[in-house]
Amino acid sequence: MNVAVCMKRTPDTTAKIQIASDQTSLVEEGINWIINPYDEFAIEEGLRVVEKHGGEVTLICLGPAEAEKTIREGLAMGAHKAIRLDAAQVPADPRVTARALAEVLKEGNYDLILFGKQAIDDDHAQVASLVATELNLPCVNVVVKLELDPENGRGTAEREIEGGHERVSFPLPAIISAQRGLNEPRYRSLKGIMAAKKKPIEVKTASLEDSQLAVLKYAYPPAKKPGRIVGEGKEAVPELVRLLREEAKVL
Amino acid sequence: MATCLVVSEIRDNQLKNVNWEAFTAARQLAEQLGLTPAAVLLGSGVEGLAEAPARYGMERTYVVDDARLANYSGDCYAAAVAEVARQTEAQVVLMAATAMGKDLLPRVAYRLGTTTAQDVIQFRVENGEVIFTRPMFAGKVWAEVKVTGSPVVATLRPKMFAPEEKAVAGQVEKLSVELPEPLAVVEEVKASGGGKLDVTEADIVVSGGRGLKGPENWHLIEELAELLGAATGASRAVVDAGWRPHGEQVGQTGKTVAPTLYIAIGISGAIQHQAGMSSSKYIVAINKDPDAPIFKIADYGIVGDLFEVVPALIEEIKKLKQQD
Ligand SMILES: Cc1cc2nc3c(=O)[nH]c(=O)nc-3n(C[C@H](O)[C@H](O)[C@H](O)COP(=O)(O)OP(=O)(O)OC[C@H]3O[C@@H](n4cnc5c(N)ncnc54)[C@H](O)[C@@H]3O)c2cc1C
Ligand SMILES: Nc1ncnc2c1ncn2[C@@H]1O[C@H](COP(=O)(O)O)[C@@H](O)[C@H]1O
Repeated sequence: MNVAVCMKRTPDTTAKIQIASDQTSLVEEGINWIINPYDEFAIEEGLRVVEKHGGEVTLICLGPAEAEKTIREGLAMGAHKAIRLDAAQVPADPRVTARALAEVLKEGNYDLILFGKQAIDDDHAQVASLVATELNLPCVNVVVKLELDPENGRGTAEREIEGGHERVSFPLPAIISAQRGLNEPRYRSLKGIMAAKKKPIEVKTASLEDSQLAVLKYAYPPAKKPGRIVGEGKEAVPELVRLLREEAKVL
Repeated sequence: MATCLVVSEIRDNQLKNVNWEAFTAARQLAEQLGLTPAAVLLGSGVEGLAEAPARYGMERTYVVDDARLANYSGDCYAAAVAEVARQTEAQVVLMAATAMGKDLLPRVAYRLGTTTAQDVIQFRVENGEVIFTRPMFAGKVWAEVKVTGSPVVATLRPKMFAPEEKAVAGQVEKLSVELPEPLAVVEEVKASGGGKLDVTEADIVVSGGRGLKGPENWHLIEELAELLGAATGASRAVVDAGWRPHGEQVGQTGKTVAPTLYIAIGISGAIQHQAGMSSSKYIVAINKDPDAPIFKIADYGIVGDLFEVVPALIEEIKKLKQQD
């Protein structure tokens, strides 16, 4: 199995996001970058697939040169090689990202292409679907269980929907986007980290089309009114119920 | 006749409640943009549902009825919707940002050569253009965006747009479109046990965290939820410990919910948990630690031992129900 995993570098989940004074960009200084958490599930799944069925995992990341540090973390998990699509900035429009990724994915002859279900910075939750549409490949999103049968060129995936799961069957090659629950990503061992230093990262120019999603302005969400303590212990319960009934009108 | 087109979500041969929100939003947008508000229904044997959208102001309802649409298939549905959008000259295409909506509309947009503003929570019209607000970074930042391609495509986060009935004399029209063979096929839709309400769909959510001490105490959460007709949620700590299924996890790597009432019990309120629930209308927190971050965003907090407070709360609400 020839597996590709598209991974993005994102700020960590606790990062404080600061809006620049122009209000149309974000401050990148001081940010701790990580592999997008959902992409870690994707990398782990890719590794498990090749451990079981043989083959290689190639990471593909569209981003600036600084992203190579994060790419190495993916290589330290065990991925075999990587391609970085060079772009000083990642596009605001997921369509632009998808078309650039699709162009290199076309050349790779992959049996399985894995994504995260969502990048935790832009929260578009759609690049996998777009790449699949461009490449005319089956695509299952938000997957929590994946079973492959390479001999018969098929696979089955379970994806999360409201109140349950859909079980989806598809032919290979296919595109899957990973949700938490699919697996437990492995730790990067010292050996893995050392080995990653020597693994190749090929750099290609990203062909970026014009954006069709304009960001006019960033703003912080309106501040929630400060929290309020009703009281202590079970004595506070009648007052809570009164407030829920008379003030919030939810009971 | 250019349309503002809503793709309706049908599950189990029923129009889901989120559609009313999307229809209402579409009607408002159509009014401001001078478009015809329209709905499209896809499925097999769904013609019987075609009267409903007019109750929410949809002047046209297009029905694509085909055995191959019985179950959702991203690629097949996308081909059908893109074709309907073309045939009805859609200028705007909307759908609720559900599992289906988030999967489907980007594929539709791609086929139409445009892009999607996903999971929007507000919109307004300025100089004839739609400006959407969508949260990024799990809600830490809100972005105002504009889709410059045509049509404008967006998914609407559930519970962010209040549904409003406004009956019109709607016209139902059957459309036939050419469908490709689906690439990926849904073989089974498995409901999670007991037909329980999903956290993303419920008006009230009762969530429990590590403060519950163990799965054997979960009956407190369930009892309160049942009494309130609520869905049950959980923190990641509890899901990781295997007390609750992942489908109940609320937060950055779980589900995003925005119910009218969110009750957090024995949950510290870590930033990643808040990311999934801070836009709830009212937040109640029960926690023994007065410094727990959850109290910073709780409209009503009780500092105390949940093993005392929750049973008292259950009793008090029971009393209330008996009086009503
Ligand atoms: C990448 C990443 C993603 C994450 N995603 C999520 C996510 O999606 N959702 C999520 O929830 N978390 C997420 N987390 C984890 C998050 O940081 C917290 O660890 C988690 O939310 C803690 O769960 P908790 O509040 O149940 O447990 P704790 O933080 O242990 O809190 C338990 C609380 O219970 C209270 N308590 C204890 N006993 C009692 C009692 N008898 N009565 C009343 N109160 C009591 C304590 O005071 C405490 O505040 C994520 C973390 C990372 C790094
Ligand atoms: N710049 C990027 N480079 C590589 N993969 C990406 C990039 N942006 C998004 N992806 C992939 O697409 C998934 C969904 O991203 P998004 O649609 O932006 O939420 C991510 O989890 C990644 O797998």
